[in-house]
Amino acid sequence: MADSGGPETAQLSSNDSKGEVGDVIPEEARSLLRKMEISVAEVEKRTGKNAVNMLETYTVYLIETRRVDSSAENQNFSPDSLWRRYSEFELLRNYLLVTYPFVIVPPLPEKRAEFVWHKLSADNMDPDFVERRRIGLENFLLRVASHPILSNDKIFYDFLTEENGWKEAVMETGFQPKADSRLKALNATFRVKNPDKRFTELKHYSDELQSVTSQLLRVRARVADRLYGVYKVHGNYGRVFSEWSAIEREMGDGLQSAGHHMDAYAASIDDILEEEENYADQLKEYLFYAEALKAVCRKHELLQYELETAAQDLMSKKQQREELVSGTVRTFSLKGMTSKLFGQETPEQREAKMRVLEEQIQEGEELVQEKKTECDEYVRNAWSDMERFKVQKDRDLREAMISYAVMQISLCKKGIQVWTNAKECFSKM
Amino acid sequence: MSSDLTAAGFPTPALTEEMLELDEDDDLEVFSKDVTLTDGSSVSASLPTSPSSMTNQYRFEEESDTRDIFVTVDNPESHVTALETFITYRVVTKTTRSDFDSCEFEVRRRYQDFLWLRDRVEETHPTLIVHPLPEKFVMKGMVERFNDDFIETRRKALHKFLCRIAEHSILSCNADFKIFLTAQAWELTSHKKQGPGLLSRMGDTVRAVAASVRGVKNRPEEFVAMQEYVDTFSQRMSSLDKVTQRIAKEIKEYLDDLKHYGPTYVLWSGSEEELVEPLKGVASCIDTCCQATEEQLSQMSNNLVPLLHEYVLCSDAIKAVLRRRDNIQTDYEAKCDILVSKQADREALKGEVEKLEDRVECANSALKGDWERWQSNMRGDVKAAFVSTAEKNVDYYEKCLAAWESFLTSMNADQSVEKSAGLTS
Repeated sequence: MADSGGPETAQLSSNDSKGEVGDVIPEEARSLLRKMEISVAEVEKRTGKNAVNMLETYTVYLIETRRVDSSAENQNFSPDSLWRRYSEFELLRNYLLVTYPFVIVPPLPEKRAEFVWHKLSADNMDPDFVERRRIGLENFLLRVASHPILSNDKIFYDFLTEENGWKEAVMETGFQPKADSRLKALNATFRVKNPDKRFTELKHYSDELQSVTSQLLRVRARVADRLYGVYKVHGNYGRVFSEWSAIEREMGDGLQSAGHHMDAYAASIDDILEEEENYADQLKEYLFYAEALKAVCRKHELLQYELETAAQDLMSKKQQREELVSGTVRTFSLKGMTSKLFGQETPEQREAKMRVLEEQIQEGEELVQEKKTECDEYVRNAWSDMERFKVQKDRDLREAMISYAVMQISLCKKGIQVWTNAKECFSKM
Repeated sequence: MSSDLTAAGFPTPALTEEMLELDEDDDLEVFSKDVTLTDGSSVSASLPTSPSSMTNQYRFEEESDTRDIFVTVDNPESHVTALETFITYRVVTKTTRSDFDSCEFEVRRRYQDFLWLRDRVEETHPTLIVHPLPEKFVMKGMVERFNDDFIETRRKALHKFLCRIAEHSILSCNADFKIFLTAQAWELTSHKKQGPGLLSRMGDTVRAVAASVRGVKNRPEEFVAMQEYVDTFSQRMSSLDKVTQRIAKEIKEYLDDLKHYGPTYVLWSGSEEELVEPLKGVASCIDTCCQATEEQLSQMSNNLVPLLHEYVLCSDAIKAVLRRRDNIQTDYEAKCDILVSKQADREALKGEVEKLEDRVECANSALKGDWERWQSNMRGDVKAAFVSTAEKNVDYYEKCLAAWESFLTSMNADQSVEKSAGLTS
């Protein structure tokens, strides 16, 4: 289904990977990353006329790629670069979704800031948000580039390297109408008679994952908001201690210095919570991954349904043939009714009908075979990607929680230091 | 202030050369044998009246070593009568003082009784600084009168109130104080009725208002400074009180949300296989943090918040003391004016003027002496409260740190187990 092209991915066996995001890339990946370094290096704002000829400001991201030859001693290739907008990233992703429906396609960072706590502005122009989005887009590219199947895609390769004409090339693949029908299928309701238990369980899991990660993100944001309040209110101590120290002879110095520590304490929360946003982003990635996982399960359901429909049609045709042969009418048909009412048909008519049925049955058999093969192949490919995804998810989330613990440890150590210092100042009063 | 120590290391109340050389030497002449120094005649006959022992009253640094009376307030109990429900507290006194009939007393007192004592002590010693009583009602937050935390906070404040009186060398000798500590309920009721009647108290109030309207002419410099200090101190304490209550509120809200955070990780672990360990580990750390936060909040609510509030009340008490001192001075100044203007009755008036002058001198010395003592107590209280709060906060972070570090260790241990398994497989 895919255009596989681009550089041959040689089967290198060395273990180092050349990504910009350390632990994201599995060590055994034989991927595009062996050949090139990819990064989203810079962000800029541009102003230009849009489709309706109005002036708009938008953000562009600089994608830098550099050839890496792991066997050569000097790796001084100069990087190539081009600018892309967020909408182009979206286009790429939609293309991949349609072209590789059995792949759990990596998600993009969110378009608008959600799960915000009060201080963090929901403004897309906020520099912290823009920076985190840059990291998110880079992460997306690295995930795709390290995927055993997606990394071979030509359109993806061109996205990284061909500034001009890329959009047209994507459109030429004819993916757009497929994208529309895909969306329709995802939202359609149909019942599958013999669902694959594994996929049903997986879909169930993807629902749970979605639900629990969004709940977690919401609660985390609220807790962050409250913690911000606690730290900031302590800043008032700084002010009042300082004012009070003016009338106290013995306690003045102690109060003043304690006040400074309170100010430092209040100020420290900003960096702490900004860092925690990275943890939230890691959770968000898997919230969005859950969506992609669900889509893969739904696609399988659709294929299964089509297979079952084809098999059912075939069976009904076979039954009709049997009736024609035996002369009994078990299945309802307009022809059968009319012949009952208006008399039996001629042997020639029956011959003709028989021939048509045989043809249809033949086509039906082929269709069922086709659908079965499609289904089996899909199951094989999807299952393989599921396993890959599961390993990645377990590793990534475990790492995320470890780094969260590291953040908490740092927060605690800072707290111990501030209050130990404050205690000393109070003791000297 | 230095203290006189004997070879054994204990200060003695005996007369020594150094004591007579105090600056207050001149003031010693002022102390007449007339026991009625104030309007209220509640000074008991056993109060020492010689100048030397009067001097001793101002050597406050000796108090802690010569304490011979200890008071505790505990055991709140609810009493229900047909008319009302109220709380009584057990007041236990242990003393070696000779003017007490026994060395141990146990009585039950209610808040009203404490109020009565406070009023009597203030009347008898208008310019001594008496530690404030807890407020009658707490309007903010609509705390019920019989809520457990409220009762405990009140009990602690009542205890401190009595202890401060017991530690005070003048106040602890007050007759009403003794009756408060020792009398049976009916005795106390009947004694209360003997106090200055309503009319006489009304007269005092009218005089006080008139005096404050007149205004004091030459307030001595040190009292001007005291007034300025108290005005500023009062504002600072109010601010600190508000800030601390706000912090407590923010911590409570943080805690409420934190309680939902841990369980969400546990919920998640229900859908996972490999991730169960880390998810449950994180949940457990968060629960530890919740417990630590509860303790931190409790410490703040039970120690720092009440302490700061006490000193807001203290500022009000000191402002009242300064007003009363001013009034005493105004009374004297007013009589002086009359003396100047009237020709007749000069002799009689002169006597009165002298008496009022004495009063002013006494009031001023009492306050001056008490001021240092109050400041020292205040510094001690404030320092202790903030040090304790800082300690609790360090403890809080240490508990959380231990939880997260232990989680990290268990995660790393798992990883190294996996790695070695990978190498050998």
